Amino acid sequence: MGWALDNLGLVGELTVDHLRQSAIAIMAGFVLSLPLGWIAWRYRFLRSAMLATTGLLYTVPSLALLLILPIIIGFPATSEANLIIALTLYALAIMVRAVADGLDSVDSSVRQAATAIGYGGGRRFWAVDLPLAGPAILAGLRVTAVSTISLATVGILVGVTNLGYLFTNGLQRRIVAEVLVGVVVVTLLALLIDRLIVLAGRVFMPWTRRPRGRGRNTRTAAVSAAT
Amino acid sequence: MIEFRNVTKLFPDGTIAVDDFSLVAPSRKITVLVGSSGSGKTTLLRMVNRMVEPTSGGVQIDGEDIVNERPVLLRRRIGYVMQNAGLLPHLTVADNIAAVPKLCGSSHRAARTRALELMETVGLDSHMADRYPSQLSGGQQQRVGVARGLAADPNILLMDEPFGAVDPIVRAELQQELIQLQRELDKTVIFVTHDIDEAFLLGDQVVILATGAKKLQVGSPSEIIENPADDFVAAFIGVDRGRRALRIKHTPNGPVLVDTEGRTQGTLVEDER
Repeated sequence: MGWALDNLGLVGELTVDHLRQSAIAIMAGFVLSLPLGWIAWRYRFLRSAMLATTGLLYTVPSLALLLILPIIIGFPATSEANLIIALTLYALAIMVRAVADGLDSVDSSVRQAATAIGYGGGRRFWAVDLPLAGPAILAGLRVTAVSTISLATVGILVGVTNLGYLFTNGLQRRIVAEVLVGVVVVTLLALLIDRLIVLAGRVFMPWTRRPRGRGRNTRTAAVSAAT
Repeated sequence: MIEFRNVTKLFPDGTIAVDDFSLVAPSRKITVLVGSSGSGKTTLLRMVNRMVEPTSGGVQIDGEDIVNERPVLLRRRIGYVMQNAGLLPHLTVADNIAAVPKLCGSSHRAARTRALELMETVGLDSHMADRYPSQLSGGQQQRVGVARGLAADPNILLMDEPFGAVDPIVRAELQQELIQLQRELDKTVIFVTHDIDEAFLLGDQVVILATGAKKLQVGSPSEIIENPADDFVAAFIGVDRGRRALRIKHTPNGPVLVDTEGRTQGTLVEDER
């Protein structure tokens, strides 16, 4: 406790950095996964190729990716952009599948009913398909959020400063309290963002709130992925 | 008036769902297509709002070929009620009903007012307006489905086994209410069912279909019961059994009608001349 109180300023600064890097990557992953997931869902022949590619991305060791990306893109390895792009790619690996699976989960009779009463293609996607895929997409987003927040700590190894600093610095200087503070803050941050996403889900998908609604069963999975 | 002109539907897997079918469904009447599964009745219904495109032949509404109209616009001016109501699970009752007026360009407020009005028409209490479909009983969902079908005040209402999934008591209630509604609203209705009793109860014109949408008989319920076209129709409508095969039994108080099970169904009243 003593170490944390003495270094409150440092921890605060690192948390802000960490949150900024993760949040941008989570949002970018979410936004990009919508069209990509839709393509994977809509064009069956592309689906397995796309899911395999994005899935394969996840198997690339994060440290390796952070070293390769700068060579491909031309950013310096130590730039925040390098880390954010890498985290976005990992987010896509989870989210593209979540969006495609979510769209799959929409009852085809509901889709047909919407068409039969006069929803055009584009309108139906935004007003019917996407909201009904929402619970599955939300579940994916929660996994993405917690995994991104914990993964971001790797950035410190290539020189991008965030909460990961507490791990490396604590290890080098043998300050166990510093490492522990790092673990605790990262976990709290992940839990906080997870709660915020769940809340957003309740606001935007009020029908899932009801007693007979679905979407309450993903909590444990998301939280266990955080650690 | 809806007219099917020599429509044929060949599905990609080679099944002929509809084979050279022609029919006129007169305006402001209920035409019931009745047949067992595989008779192509739903396929025929879906041709009217272009959910299914005929392989050959065409459908006309009031003398206009529907292929000349954009499917989305056509569907918005045709009411559609389906089995299990087909409600959108993420919209409230009011929003489900208001969906079509909104698609047609009504303001949110006007569409909501219309939805509440229709809820009353179909016998739903207004306190259900903000519930979700999953919170309603099957019969209530079906009422919402009917309200939504009527929401844009269409001339034509297509009903695909709308009461097939509710229990017999609720079904009888909904059937009576549909008859009431039709008296006030005078829509041109095409109604699909596999239940011959439902067909005779609701239909002004009943079309009995066999595989491939082959017309076995077309006529009013009385015409068909009095003069079934062949033995198959006679068997299908059950003139030789149950409630439709009645014989006269003489009792001290006058003649009564008894069905094949021996249950007395009513008395025989002579016409007064």
